[in-house]
Amino acid sequence: MLVLALVLAACSQTAQPPTSSVAPSVAGGEKAAPGGTLTFVVNAEPPSFDGHRETTFALLHPVAPHYSLLYKFDPNDLTKVIPDVAAEMPQASADKLTVTVKLRTDVKFHDGTALTADDIKATYDKIIFPPTGVLSPRAGAYAVVSAVNAPAKDSVEFKLKYPSASFQTNLASPWNFIYSAAKLKGDIKFYEKNIMGTGPFTYDGNTKGQDWKGKKNADYFGKDKDGAKLPYLDAYKALIISDANAGVTAIRSKQAMIEFRGFTPQQRDDLSRALPNDLAIQEAPWICVNYVVPNTTKKPFDDPRVRRALSLAVDRWAGGEALSKTTIVKDVGGLMRPKGPFAMSDTDLAKIAGFGKDAAANKAAAKKLLADAGVPSLSFKFLNRNITTPYEPVAIYLINEWKQVGITATHDVKETSAYLADLRAGTFEVALDFNCDFLDEPDLQLAKFWSANKAGKGLNFAYYDDTKLDGLIDAQSRETDPAKRLTLVGDIQRYAMDEMAYQYPVLWWYRIVPYLNTVRGWKIGSNHYTNQDLATVWLAKK
Amino acid sequence: MVGRLLLMIPTLVGVAVLTFVIMRAVPGDIVALRYAGSSVPQDVIDQERHLLGLDRPMWEQFVTWMASIARLDLGQSLWTGNPVVEEVQARMPLSIELAIIATLFAVLLAIPLGVVAAVKQDTWIDYAIRVFSIGGLAMPSFWIGIMMVLVTLTLWGWAPPLTFTPIFEDPVANLAGLILPAIAVGYRYSAVSMRMTRSTVLEVLREDYVRTARAKGLRESLVVVRHALRNALLPVVTVVSLEFAFLIGGLVVTEQVFNLNGIGKLLVDAVAHRDYPLIQAMVVLLASVFVIVNFIVDMVYVVLDPRIRYA
Amino acid sequence: MTGNSRTLGSAQEADDVARRRYLESTGRRRFARFWREFIRQRPLGTAGLVLIIVMILAAAFADVIAPYDPTAIDFADLLLPPSPEHLLGTDNFGRDVFTRILFGSRTALLVGFTASLVGCTLGLVLGVVGAYLGGRADQIVQRLMDVLLSFPLIVIAIAVVAALGTGEDKLGNVIAAITVPIIPRVARVVRSSALSIVEMPYIEAARSVGVGAVRIMFRHVAPNVFAPYLIMLTAFLGQAILLEASLSFLGLGVFEPAASWGLMLKGAGMQFLERAPWLAIAPGIAISMAVFGFNLFGDSLRDALDPRLRTG
Repeated sequence: MLVLALVLAACSQTAQPPTSSVAPSVAGGEKAAPGGTLTFVVNAEPPSFDGHRETTFALLHPVAPHYSLLYKFDPNDLTKVIPDVAAEMPQASADKLTVTVKLRTDVKFHDGTALTADDIKATYDKIIFPPTGVLSPRAGAYAVVSAVNAPAKDSVEFKLKYPSASFQTNLASPWNFIYSAAKLKGDIKFYEKNIMGTGPFTYDGNTKGQDWKGKKNADYFGKDKDGAKLPYLDAYKALIISDANAGVTAIRSKQAMIEFRGFTPQQRDDLSRALPNDLAIQEAPWICVNYVVPNTTKKPFDDPRVRRALSLAVDRWAGGEALSKTTIVKDVGGLMRPKGPFAMSDTDLAKIAGFGKDAAANKAAAKKLLADAGVPSLSFKFLNRNITTPYEPVAIYLINEWKQVGITATHDVKETSAYLADLRAGTFEVALDFNCDFLDEPDLQLAKFWSANKAGKGLNFAYYDDTKLDGLIDAQSRETDPAKRLTLVGDIQRYAMDEMAYQYPVLWWYRIVPYLNTVRGWKIGSNHYTNQDLATVWLAKK
Repeated sequence: MVGRLLLMIPTLVGVAVLTFVIMRAVPGDIVALRYAGSSVPQDVIDQERHLLGLDRPMWEQFVTWMASIARLDLGQSLWTGNPVVEEVQARMPLSIELAIIATLFAVLLAIPLGVVAAVKQDTWIDYAIRVFSIGGLAMPSFWIGIMMVLVTLTLWGWAPPLTFTPIFEDPVANLAGLILPAIAVGYRYSAVSMRMTRSTVLEVLREDYVRTARAKGLRESLVVVRHALRNALLPVVTVVSLEFAFLIGGLVVTEQVFNLNGIGKLLVDAVAHRDYPLIQAMVVLLASVFVIVNFIVDMVYVVLDPRIRYA
Repeated sequence: MTGNSRTLGSAQEADDVARRRYLESTGRRRFARFWREFIRQRPLGTAGLVLIIVMILAAAFADVIAPYDPTAIDFADLLLPPSPEHLLGTDNFGRDVFTRILFGSRTALLVGFTASLVGCTLGLVLGVVGAYLGGRADQIVQRLMDVLLSFPLIVIAIAVVAALGTGEDKLGNVIAAITVPIIPRVARVVRSSALSIVEMPYIEAARSVGVGAVRIMFRHVAPNVFAPYLIMLTAFLGQAILLEASLSFLGLGVFEPAASWGLMLKGAGMQFLERAPWLAIAPGIAISMAVFGFNLFGDSLRDALDPRLRTG
C-alpha cells in the first residue's frame, strides 16, 4: 500500500503541468442532439423543496429544472433578461408605478392544468406578502411592491410604491418558481414537500441525502431557435456529494459530468491532466466576495484609523495573483463586482485605502495610522468559518499581511453554526464574512451596509449605525437614471470603504467549472444561481 | 438478569438528558445556518425560530421532547421537516451492510492470523503478524481509504461509486461501492480482534486440558482447532459485537472520504445544522444499540461459559 | 499478593506495607533490570520505544532541525515535489512539508500526552473511588461512565469544540474533547482491578486500625492498579493522536496556520491528492509511525508488566 503510494508520488513528479486550459465547448454552430441523461454533482440536499423559502444554491441545481420563472437570464448571454412564461418584456406605465407583464398562453403545469395570471399572482403574493407562518426570506427585495393584480387571464400587474431601478430585473430572480394557485390554495406549504411546476423537467423521485432525478417534460412550452422542442435531455440526475474532493473524484472517474458551482484551479489542473481529451473548462468572474469585518463596537475598532490600517496593510493585488493559483479568489474590486456594470474604474479604486498598487507605501501608512491610534502592536482574534475553500487560504494570507505591519491576528476558526452565532451576537473582534448574489445589483450587494439597528439588522456585522450611508443607499435604489446611479454607488464605496472603512472586500471570487466535454449548451455566468433550468443543455455523442 | 435489563434505563435517560443539555449549550442556530450567506433580515429568522418552537423556554422544550419520546415519537427533523424515523431509515441499509462486510472481512482475517500468531509465539511469524495488526491500529482508516482511492484513480481512473445502490438492485455496483471502505475500516477492526484472538489462544494453550490433549499425542492442529479456538472465540465475539455497534454511526470520517450516505454522516450533519430533534433521537438510538449489544454479549457469556452466573 | 493476614499495629505500619509493595515493583534496582530485560526480550517493544524517542526528540528540537519556518508563506514555491531543498516538498502556501511534519509532532505529542494523562488519571480516580466505596456511590459512578461510554464520540467532540471554540490558542479544547471518552474506558478497567485489591486482607486491616478512606484509596489501592494504568496510558496515547488527526481532518480540531498532521491531510492533502500526493502521504505516515510506536511499546509493556492483562 505505502510502497504503491510512494511510487505514485514519484510518477506524478514527472507529469507535466497542463499547458493551457481546454477551450470551452459552447461552439455556436453545432446542432443540438436530443436524448441522454445528464448527471451532475451538487454539494448538499435541499432542506425543503420550496425555492421561495430557501436560500441555498443546493436547492436550485436539482430543483430549478422543474419550474419556470416569469423572466429568466438568457442562456446565451447571461447579462440579458428574457421572458420565460412571460410573453414579452414588462411594460412600465408613464409614472413608472405600474408594471404590466403579458403571459404566454401555451404553458401547462406538470399535472396538465393551464397556467394563468392567477398562478402568477398567487406565486408573487406568497413571495412578497407571505401569510403568517409562511417564510419568505427575499420579501424585502420587493418592498417597493404594494399590490399584485391579475386583470386578465394572460396579464399581471405589479403596483409600485415608488419607481425602482432594480424591480424589473428582480422578476428574473432564480428563486421565484411559478407555483400553481390551486395547489397553494389547498395548502400554502404544498411546495415544501412536493414538486409541481411548468418547467422543462418533471420530478422523477429522489433518494434522501443521495440523489435527485428529473425526467423530460414532453409538454414543455419552450422551443429552440430552429423550432425544435425543448428540453433536449431525456433526463437528469443530481448526485449529492458534500465533500469537495469527492466531487472532483466523481468527475475524474466519470460518474458525473459536471458540478455547476465550481472547483479550485488546482482541481481544474488535476482534472485536465487526468482527462486530457474529455474535459472542457469554463471560467468567469463571480459575484461572490469575502469581507473583512471589524466589529466597530469593540475597541480599538471603533476608531476609523485602525480599520483603515487593517485594510491598508493588505496587498490585494499581490494576493490576487498568488491566491488565484490555488483557490477560487482572483480579482481586486470594491463593493461591486470588478469589471461588472457597477464596478469602479481601476484609477478610482486605487484611491481607496488598501486598493492602491504601492504596497510598501500602504504598509508604511498602515503602521503610521496604528501608531497614531495608539495601538502600534495591535493584536486580535480573527474569526473565520471552518470551510477550506476559499476561507482558509484567504485568512492565512490576511494574517500573514497583517503580521508585516506588526499586527498579530490569531486565527479563530469555528464551525459554521458557531461562527454565525458569533457574527449575530457581535461576540468577535474582526471576522471574515462573505456574500454571494445572483445579480450585479447595488441593492443586493449593499444590503450588508445598511445601519445595523435598521435595515441592516442581522446583515451588518460591523455593527455601525450611519444615517448618512443609509441615505446614500436609499437614494441609489430609487435612482432610475443609470449614470446618476453609478455615481451614487461610487460615492457609497468611497465613503464606506475608505472614509469610514467600516468593512471592505478582500478579493472577489473566480468561478471555474471543469466538466466532461460531452456536456453542451451550458454557459457559465457570474453566479451559480441562474441559468439552471437545463432546457438547452444537451449531450454530444462520442 | 432483569436487574441488568433495568439498569439500561437510567443509562439511556442519562444519555438523553446529557444530549439535550450539551446541544443547547453549544452556540449556533439552525435557522441562521439555513440562511447563511444570504441577506435574510432578522425578522424572518425570528419568525422561523418561533415556528420551530426554538424560542420557547428550555425546560418546556425538554418536557415536550421527553413526553414525545415516552410516546415513542421521535419527532421531526427541523432541517427537512421529515419525521426523524424516515431520515434514519433512509441511511440504515448502507450503514448496516457496511458494518457487516467490514465485520466479515475483519473476522476472516483476524481469527486465522491470531491463532497462527499464538501457536508460533515469539517467532518471526508472530512478530510479522503483530506488526501487521498494530499497523492496522496505527494507520487512520480514513487515510487508508484516501490512499486506496489515490491508487485506483491513478492506475485505472476508477473510483468506487459515489452513490449507494441497494444490494438487491445491483449487487455488483453495491459491492463496488462498499468494498474499499469496508477494507479500510475492517483492517483496523481486524487488528483489534486479531490481538484478542492471539492472547486468548495463548492463554487457553496454557490450560491443563490442552496440555493433556497434547500429551495424549493429539495432532497440534487438531488441539488448536478443537480446544483452543473454541474457547478463545468468546472474547472475540465480544470485541466483534462491540465494534459492530460502533461501526453503525461511528464511521464519520470514512463516510466523508467515500461520500457514503450513512448514519455517521447524518449525525454529523445534524450536529452541524443544530437539528435538535434529529441529534437527540440519533444519540439515544445509537446509545440504545450500544447498551443492548452490551447486554446481549453479557448474556451470550452466561450461556457459553457456565462459570459466569448472574444473580 | 499473598494472603497477608496478620494484624497491623497502626496506620503507619499499614502505609509502610503499601509502600513496600509498591517499591518492590518499581524500586530503582528493579527498574534498571526491568529495562535491560525489556530491551533484550522484546525487540518489538524496543523498536516502539525508539520510535517514541525519535518523535520526542523531533518535537523538542523542531526549531533546530527544521530547515524552514513552519508558517512562512512563499507563493513562488507552491506545491513543489520532494527535493533536496524540500525533503517532503512544499504545500499550497509554499510551506516546507518536512518542517510542518516536525512541528506537527509537537501538536501530536502535546495532545496525546495531555489527553491520555488527564483521561487516564481521572479514570483511575473514579475507578478506585467507585471500587472502594461500593454501594450507591459506585452505582452512580458506574451509570455516569455508562452514559459517557454509550455517547457517540463525535457528538462530544463537536460539542466541546463548538461550545469552547478552537484555534491556535485553544489546543486545550481539542484535548478536552479527546479526554472525555478516555475516562469511562479507563475507569472500567481500573475499577475491576481495584475490586480485587479492595477485598485484600491488608486493606481491611488498614481500615480496621482507622486509616482514612482517602488515604487507603490513594496510598494502598491506587499504587496496586498502577500496572493497568500505565498500560492504558500508552495505549490511549496512540489513540489520542489518532483522534486528534481525525478531528482535525473533520475540521473540528487544530486550525491553520498551526501545524498538525490531521490538518495537513484535511486541507492540502485531500485537495491536491493527485497533483501533490506527498501532501497526503507524509502526514499519514507520520501519524501511523507515531501511533505504531506507542502501540508496539504499550503492547510489550503490557506483556512485561502483567501477562494476564488484556486490553481490547
